[in-house]
Amino acid sequence: MSYLALERLTKAYGGVLAVEALDLTVARGEFISLLGPSGCGKTTTLQMIAGFVEPTSGRAMLNGTDLFGVQPNKRGLGVVFQSYALFPHVTVAENVAFGLEMRGVPRAEREQRVKQTLDLVGLSGLADRYPRRMSGGQQQRVALARALVIQPAILLLDEPLSNLDAKLREEMQTELRAIQRSVGTTTILVTHDQGEAMALSDRIVIMNKGRVEQIARPDEAYARPASAFVANFLGKTNTLPAKVVNEGGRHVVDIAGFRLPAPGRSPAGPVTVTVRPERISFVDDSALGVRGRVQSRVFQGTHWLFHIETELGALIVLRQNDGAAVPLEGQDVCLAWGENDLLIEASRGV
Amino acid sequence: MTVNPKLTPLLLSGPALLVFIGLVISPLVMTALLSFYDWGQYKGIVAEFTIKNWHEVIADGYYYEIFGRTLRIALFVTLITVLIGVPEAYILNRMTPRWRGVFLLVVIGPLLISVVARTLGWALLFGSTGLISQALLALGIAREPVDLMFTETGVVIALTHVLVPFMVLAVMAALQRLNPDVENAAMSLGASAFTVWRRVVLPQIVPGILSGSVIVFALAASAFATPAIIGGRRLKVAATLAYDEFLNTLNWPLGAAIAMILLVALVAIIVGSNRLIERRYAQVFE
Ligand SMILES: Nc1ncnc2c1ncn2[C@@H]1O[C@H](COP(=O)(O)OP(=O)(O)OP(=O)(O)O)[C@@H](O)[C@H]1O
Ligand SMILES: [Mg+2]
Repeated sequence: MSYLALERLTKAYGGVLAVEALDLTVARGEFISLLGPSGCGKTTTLQMIAGFVEPTSGRAMLNGTDLFGVQPNKRGLGVVFQSYALFPHVTVAENVAFGLEMRGVPRAEREQRVKQTLDLVGLSGLADRYPRRMSGGQQQRVALARALVIQPAILLLDEPLSNLDAKLREEMQTELRAIQRSVGTTTILVTHDQGEAMALSDRIVIMNKGRVEQIARPDEAYARPASAFVANFLGKTNTLPAKVVNEGGRHVVDIAGFRLPAPGRSPAGPVTVTVRPERISFVDDSALGVRGRVQSRVFQGTHWLFHIETELGALIVLRQNDGAAVPLEGQDVCLAWGENDLLIEASRGV
Repeated sequence: MTVNPKLTPLLLSGPALLVFIGLVISPLVMTALLSFYDWGQYKGIVAEFTIKNWHEVIADGYYYEIFGRTLRIALFVTLITVLIGVPEAYILNRMTPRWRGVFLLVVIGPLLISVVARTLGWALLFGSTGLISQALLALGIAREPVDLMFTETGVVIALTHVLVPFMVLAVMAALQRLNPDVENAAMSLGASAFTVWRRVVLPQIVPGILSGSVIVFALAASAFATPAIIGGRRLKVAATLAYDEFLNTLNWPLGAAIAMILLVALVAIIVGSNRLIERRYAQVFE
């Protein structure tokens, strides 16, 4: 049975739909990410669950009770804001203790739980500091501790890591995942960083312009994106216009003359084909592939990134840096991919 | 031409400094010197050093009463502007920008009206046959006509009216610096609206309330026109007292001593309370 169920959740600002008929079920203990570009309605969704934004229509059921019938201060949800929103006028320990105080937890137990939670987020030594005297990463942990200490029904995180530098963000991602695993709190994370969403979540909700594009496990969404938007958003990809034609009873994709058998059940007619840059390989035999010339190659440590001008248009290609020789800039190359590397979607008009 | 870089700040602020010295410091110094001059009914002002003016003000109970009244009025006005101005600022701050603009204009309205017109307006309301008295009688709250003219209550009401805007503006500036997420965070942790206000909003706007209080207190303690019209001769405060010494008795040195004592007392009270509160709320003041 689902723990949290959002049913056709909608929010309109004036005539503009910030979130449109969002359906989502979350299991207990699950880690869900809401992923999408800026302005797609992630924060609005989270704030409706938290109760800071009134939904226009739709329902949210938490463990069988209607969430929207409960005041925000009685929902028992833990929220971590992008701005951390710590209380600047009290110490770290008092920040973390606030929620327990509101619940009337006796002082001795309160102190003990605050200490435990600060240990959990690795801040045991800083209980008496004031938030202003802390680094961004430390403040972020205080915000997390403050939300976790009340043992929330759901932990809601709104881009908690976006203010941190790349290295610290990666560290905090690992830590966040470890903490979530050990405490087992159902978590919804808002992010526009696809790497973060894929690294942390059990499932990703990919949103675009207020609508859900796909809800899937990270590897699933990456391997089988429901739309060109998802494919583009989750990692780099090449998008090409093409058409599927029936050739003697077999479906064939025709990408500007480059033909491949189409995967089963491909729609006939104009289509959009996407192929991941890591699925494209260099071949020696020019009869087999698409001819092109290397425009530029960029070394990125673990791999090379090529921009290649081809008969089909500009393509990007990723090559693992496995020590083998790679083509030089200006060199003529021949590219190939298999039919299973293609994702085919009926064109949505232009 | 090159200038010693250490001199640059001095040179840049020089013109303003000259104006400041000319228009503020030198009259103050002259007033301070004047307060040590001698004065007599028939001989007038005499340039002889004496401390008798200071002695007179400090020793005579009559002056104590007037200074006491001045401080009492200023204190009450400050207190009431805090009680009215802080919630007012909070409500204004939560309005949509359009309404906020309209109501802000209403709030600072008293400042836009000439002090004489405004105060005489109050005088009309305050008399024993005035609107306030009649309303209280009609509502059965008072049994006899209420005369607020020439009373401290009347002065406090009229001063509060014109000084509330200073408090509202100071507190609003503090409120606008708050992160709205912080209130939401407190709410998500289980705090009621009132608790959020008391435990989270209020402590953070203490600096704003304090700076508003300093302005209001100083303006109330040194106000002249309002106490002169509402309080009249019968209810003197330090400012009207000094005025009378200067222009009626023509005892300028005594008037100067009164003005200096008012100034010193104000500075001492403001600096002292500032210190106290800053220490108490050290963390809110970055
Ligand atoms: N208070 C508001 N009034 C009007 N429109 C709003 C309001 N809040 C959000 N919107 C609009 O709703 C849409 C979704 O906003 P939301 O804040 O949920 O986006 P987001 O996905 O969190 O974006 P970001 O990644 O930039 O934080 C945006 O188009 C935004 O302009
Ligand atoms: Mg957002």
